[in-house]
Amino acid sequence: MNTQDTIPMSGFAMPQSAASPLKPLGLGLLVAIAYFIGVPLLFGGNGYVLNVTTTMAVVSFISFGVWLTFAIGRINLAQAGFALIGSYVTAILVSRFGVSFWLCLPLSGLVAAIIGGLIGWPVLRLKGVYFAMITLCITEACRLTALSFPAVTRGAQGIVDLPLPGELSLFGLTLIPAFEKGARLPFFYLAGSLLMLGLWFMWLLDTSRVGAVFRSLRQNEDLAVSLGINIAKYRVVAFMVSCFYAGVGGAFFAALQQNVYPTSFQVIDSVYFMVYCFVGGLEFVIGPLVGALVMMVSFELLHELQRYQTVIFSGLMILCILLMPNGILSVLKARAARAKEASDA
Amino acid sequence: MTQVLLNALVVGTTYALIALGITIIFSIMKVVNFAHGQLYMIGGFVVYYFNVVFGLPFWFGLLMSFVIVGALGIAMELFLFRPVMLRVKREEVTMLLAMGTAVFLESLALIVFGEKQRGVPPIATGIVELFGARLPTGRVVVIVVAALLIVALMLFIGYTKTGRALRAMAQDRDATALQGVNLKWLSAMGFGLGTGLAGLAGGLLVAIFAVHTGAGTAVSIKAFLMIMIGGAGVLSGAILGGFVLGVLESVGYALLPGSMTFLIIFLIVIGFLIVRPHGIMGKPWG
Repeated sequence: MNTQDTIPMSGFAMPQSAASPLKPLGLGLLVAIAYFIGVPLLFGGNGYVLNVTTTMAVVSFISFGVWLTFAIGRINLAQAGFALIGSYVTAILVSRFGVSFWLCLPLSGLVAAIIGGLIGWPVLRLKGVYFAMITLCITEACRLTALSFPAVTRGAQGIVDLPLPGELSLFGLTLIPAFEKGARLPFFYLAGSLLMLGLWFMWLLDTSRVGAVFRSLRQNEDLAVSLGINIAKYRVVAFMVSCFYAGVGGAFFAALQQNVYPTSFQVIDSVYFMVYCFVGGLEFVIGPLVGALVMMVSFELLHELQRYQTVIFSGLMILCILLMPNGILSVLKARAARAKEASDA
Repeated sequence: MTQVLLNALVVGTTYALIALGITIIFSIMKVVNFAHGQLYMIGGFVVYYFNVVFGLPFWFGLLMSFVIVGALGIAMELFLFRPVMLRVKREEVTMLLAMGTAVFLESLALIVFGEKQRGVPPIATGIVELFGARLPTGRVVVIVVAALLIVALMLFIGYTKTGRALRAMAQDRDATALQGVNLKWLSAMGFGLGTGLAGLAGGLLVAIFAVHTGAGTAVSIKAFLMIMIGGAGVLSGAILGGFVLGVLESVGYALLPGSMTFLIIFLIVIGFLIVRPHGIMGKPWG
């Protein structure tokens, strides 16, 4: 069905998204309208729904990074570790040095990306299972680093009582007013903006030449080398972009929760970021968003089952993989293809 | 120092059992069993229930930990991994499936077994003096049993018909099938053997350390470290990796504050993989 998996060359010639039946721009607009207008109109007064949507938006933002490393053929389980780095960078800069959150947000991404580049350069030589295992260890190493240097990170106590983001002004002009205590909408809109920016950039990347090179790394690295592609450079770039997403997302959560602990992002979070990509479908840029939406909404719906929540949730997850091993969107795509065949005939 | 090295021997032998289990599964199925630590934890609880709750001998509990966790592994292979492996476009899905199973088993264990830390009464009393270091007899028993199990396993894999078939299957599935080996039966059995070893390791170590439902992830991470050090898919590498990690850990805990030890081990392993991406014994593998 998917010829691009069997014919490596086509990855260079044809952007994968062109084959997708989901129109990217229209779809992006739909997501934006649903998020920025639909949710506040329908649930504006409902703090719980706003909280869940905010979390979902940023979690899918972080998952885009994992998706990108999937695109180069690496299973990235380090995402939670880099999100933790982002959280700590923001927490330390804001609490110790009083730096504005709006500066910390991109800075956290940058720091995570630089650390990711330094670690990624050697580690990205590993493939398959080895890469998955070493990145899992990196997540754990980040948690241990936070625990081991209490002078900087305050160890297990965590950094608490972070101030809310202040106002962002340029030449005396207020662009974003200071966040008020207890107000949920500012975070909601910030999360939505991050999500849309993240999605837009991923889409740009995926449809550009660089995106085609990334896919060629997954399909056949040796062939890519033979075409004169500096694969080491490209995969480090992909990994750094992924870490940037994690760092920015982590910084957002530090501000949202106003605290950071070494346990804020753990191995299980890395696994969930990966799950969201899978459940949505790895062939689609929007996959992580769909996956996060489906999984997080079902998790919240199971809330009433209390202590059985996680069991049933993970059971559902396994069932999802059993029934749709290639993701929800691939099922939709196959259905659309069948319908088209039927109408053609 | 002798004391530290003897401790390393205790953890090293049981770690080798864990690493062997994950290696068997990996080499025949090409699946990394992310649920290995959770199966280890269940093995510990099986022994606890048979020994403490039902009042049966420890050794019977240990046998049951192998049987029950092994059966669990066979069920996982039959009902989860096999159907998914037939249909997926990407091999990563099986890894995700193993992770989903890990979360499932852990949350199920939390409901069934509760949050409390569980241990069993000492399996042997007294202290043995070895090379000027003191070691509780219970730990000596654990070392001996684990070593015997490893030897038995190596003999089984090396010299029995089933063991040869398992090795053949790890090398070339199609050629093995052409020799008239029933691959379906064999892969279920191999999976069961691998998980059974995790259960045994958990059952053995519950005699020294207590077990709790959250122990799984840490054990899985240790198992990954071992097979990264030793080389994935190589049995001798798994044993070596188990001992290397045992030594690193024991020396680290003796010299450094708690969380530092594993941080440094992680750094060492990452550095080591730069030099030898396939572990000490591993073959180049992508």
